[in-house]
Amino acid sequence: MKEKKSLNLLAPFESFVDKFKVPLSILVGAFLIAVPFLGASRVAMRNLVMIFLYAMLGMGLNVLLGYVGQVSLGHAGFYAIGAYTSAILTTTYGWSFWTGAIAGACVAALIGFLLGLPTLRLSGTYLTIVTLGFGEIVLMVLRQWESVTNGNYGIRSIPVPELFGWELTLSNGGFYWLILFLSTVTAIACYTIKNSNAGRTLIAIKEDELAATMMGIKTTRYKILAFVVSAFITGLAGAYYSVINNGYIEPNNFVFNYSIQILSVVIVGGMGTIRGMYFGSALLMMFPQVFRFLNQWRFVIYGLLLVLMMQFRPQGALGWQSTLPYKLPRRAKKALAEREKAKTVQ
Amino acid sequence: METFIGAVINGLALGMAYALIAVGYSMVFGVLRLINFAHGSIYAFGAYMVYFFISIQVGLFWSIMIAIVLSGILAMLVDKLALEPLRKKQSIPIASLITTVGVSFIIQNGLALEQVFTSEKKGFPSLNLFPNIMIGNLTIQSSQIIMFAVALVLLAVLSYIVNKTKIGLSMRATEQNARAASLMGVNTNFVISFTFFLGGCSAAIAGTLISGYYQIISPTMGATIGLKAFAAAVVGGIGVLYGSVVGGLVVGVVECIAAQYLGSNVRDPMAFVILILILIIKPNGLFGKKGVSKV
Repeated sequence: MKEKKSLNLLAPFESFVDKFKVPLSILVGAFLIAVPFLGASRVAMRNLVMIFLYAMLGMGLNVLLGYVGQVSLGHAGFYAIGAYTSAILTTTYGWSFWTGAIAGACVAALIGFLLGLPTLRLSGTYLTIVTLGFGEIVLMVLRQWESVTNGNYGIRSIPVPELFGWELTLSNGGFYWLILFLSTVTAIACYTIKNSNAGRTLIAIKEDELAATMMGIKTTRYKILAFVVSAFITGLAGAYYSVINNGYIEPNNFVFNYSIQILSVVIVGGMGTIRGMYFGSALLMMFPQVFRFLNQWRFVIYGLLLVLMMQFRPQGALGWQSTLPYKLPRRAKKALAEREKAKTVQ
Repeated sequence: METFIGAVINGLALGMAYALIAVGYSMVFGVLRLINFAHGSIYAFGAYMVYFFISIQVGLFWSIMIAIVLSGILAMLVDKLALEPLRKKQSIPIASLITTVGVSFIIQNGLALEQVFTSEKKGFPSLNLFPNIMIGNLTIQSSQIIMFAVALVLLAVLSYIVNKTKIGLSMRATEQNARAASLMGVNTNFVISFTFFLGGCSAAIAGTLISGYYQIISPTMGATIGLKAFAAAVVGGIGVLYGSVVGGLVVGVVECIAAQYLGSNVRDPMAFVILILILIIKPNGLFGKKGVSKV
C-alpha cells in the first residue's frame, strides 16, 4: 500500500523530468557552473568539491556493485594507485597534471584488470575478500616502497593543475570546475555504459549469473571489464584528489575506512543509479559537517543511520525502479519494425 | 637463529589468539554467508569490559567472566536487533554487510566517547601470571604460554560443542541448508543467535589475552586485528573449525617473521598476502569444502 502511494508521486515527477530534460539540465548545469561566483566561503567550496569527488568515486564503484553486483572492499586501493601514480609523475618526472592523471587512471585500470583475473576461479563473497586484501596490500606497498612512494611520509608539494597558463586552485574555483567536469563526464560515461549492450549484459549477470551463462554470456570477461572500468574511474578520482589535498598525500589517506566510505555512498544513494551517487555523497559528506555540534556522538549516529537505512530502505535513498516505459535499444526497435513490416506483407 | 625461533614462538602465541577470533567469523560466515564486520569491535568491547570491571575492583577472574558473557550478549543483540529483521524481510545480502559495518561504527565510536572510555589508549593489566621461562638466551613470556594454552583449550571446547552436542548438530545442519534444517524442527533463528553468542564470547577472550600481552587497549584496536583474523579464517577454510586454527597459526607466524626481517610496516598486510595466495591456489581455503551451486 505504502509503495503504491510513493509510486503515484514518482510517475508524474519522472515524466515531468523526462519531458523537460533539456531545459532542466541546462538550468541545473548553468547554476552549478555559476556556483563559484556566488561568493561561497572556502569551507563551503571545499565541501562541494568533496561531494562531487565522492559522487565520482561512487560512480566508479557503482559500475562494479550496481551493474554487475560485485561488492568491492578495496576501492581505496585503486584510489591510492591513481593518486600516487599521478603525484609521482608530476613531482619527480615533471609531467603535467592532465597526462599524469590519465596515466594514473590507466595504471589503476591495469591493476583492476589483474585484480579481475581471480574471477576466473572465485566468485561472490570470496572475490569480495580478495578486494579487501588488495586494499591492504596496496597500503603495504605504499608504506614499504620508500624509494618511490616515500613511505609513511607521503609525497609533498604536488603541483596544481594548469590550463593554458591558468593555475587551478580552490579559491579561484578551478578545483570546483575541474571536479564538476570530471564527474559530469563520468556520469555521462556511466549512463552510456548502462544503456549499452555491455551494460545490459552486466545487469543480466547481476540478476542471475547462472542464467546469463546459459544465455551464452562469457561472464568472467564482462566482470573483468567492469573491474577495469571501475578502477579507471576511481584512479582518475584519485589523481584529482592528489592535487586538491594541499599538494600532499600519504598512505593514511587511503586506509580501509575510505573503501567503506565509498561503499556507503553507493549503498546510501541507491545502487545502480547515477542520481543516487550525487545524493549519497552529499548526504555522507555533509553529515559530519552539519552535525559538528554532536562532537564524537556523530560517528555513533552515523553508524546508527547506516543500520536504520538498511532496515527500512535497503535499496538506497534514491534507489527506485523507473516508472517510465522501457526504452528499447535502437537495434531492437529496428528489428521489431521489420518484423511488423513482414507481418503486414503476409 | 634465536631471533627466528623467538619470532616463531611469538607468532604461535598470537596466532592461537587470532584463531580464537577467526572461529567467530568462520561460524557466522558458515551459517549466514556474511562477513561480520562488527566482530572486531566486539573484540575491543570485551577487552574494555575487562578493563572496566578490574578498575571497579571486581578482581581479574570475575572481570573476565563478566566481560565474556556481556560480549556474547552484545553479539547476540546485534543479530537479534539488526540482522534478524533483515533475514525476515529477505533483504539483499549487502544490506546485512553494511549493517555490520554500521554496528561496528556504533560500538567502536561508542567506546571512544568522552563519557564512556575516551579515545585515549589505556593501560591493561599484564597477564604474566607466573615467571617467564628461559631456554638458553630465549625468553618465553608467561603471557605467551597462557595465551597459547587458554586459546587451545577453548578451541577444543568449541569444537566439542560444534561436533558432539545437540546444538552443535543444529548449527551444522543450519550451515548446510538453513531451510531444510528448519523443516527438520531446528529453530534456526535460535541457532544463529547462539552462534553469535559463541563468537562474541571467544572474541572477548581473545581480546583479553591479546590486551594482556600488549598491555594496552584502544577503541580502534579491533579494526585491523578483526580483518586479519578474518583473513586467517578464510585461509584455513571458512566454516571449518580446525581450519581457523591452522589459518590463525599460519598468519601469526608469518607476520611475526615478516615483522622481524622486513620491518613493522609489513606486519599487518602479511595476512592478506597469504590470503590472496591461498585463495588463488585453493579457492575455498586450505581445508574448505567445495561449494556446489545448484539451480
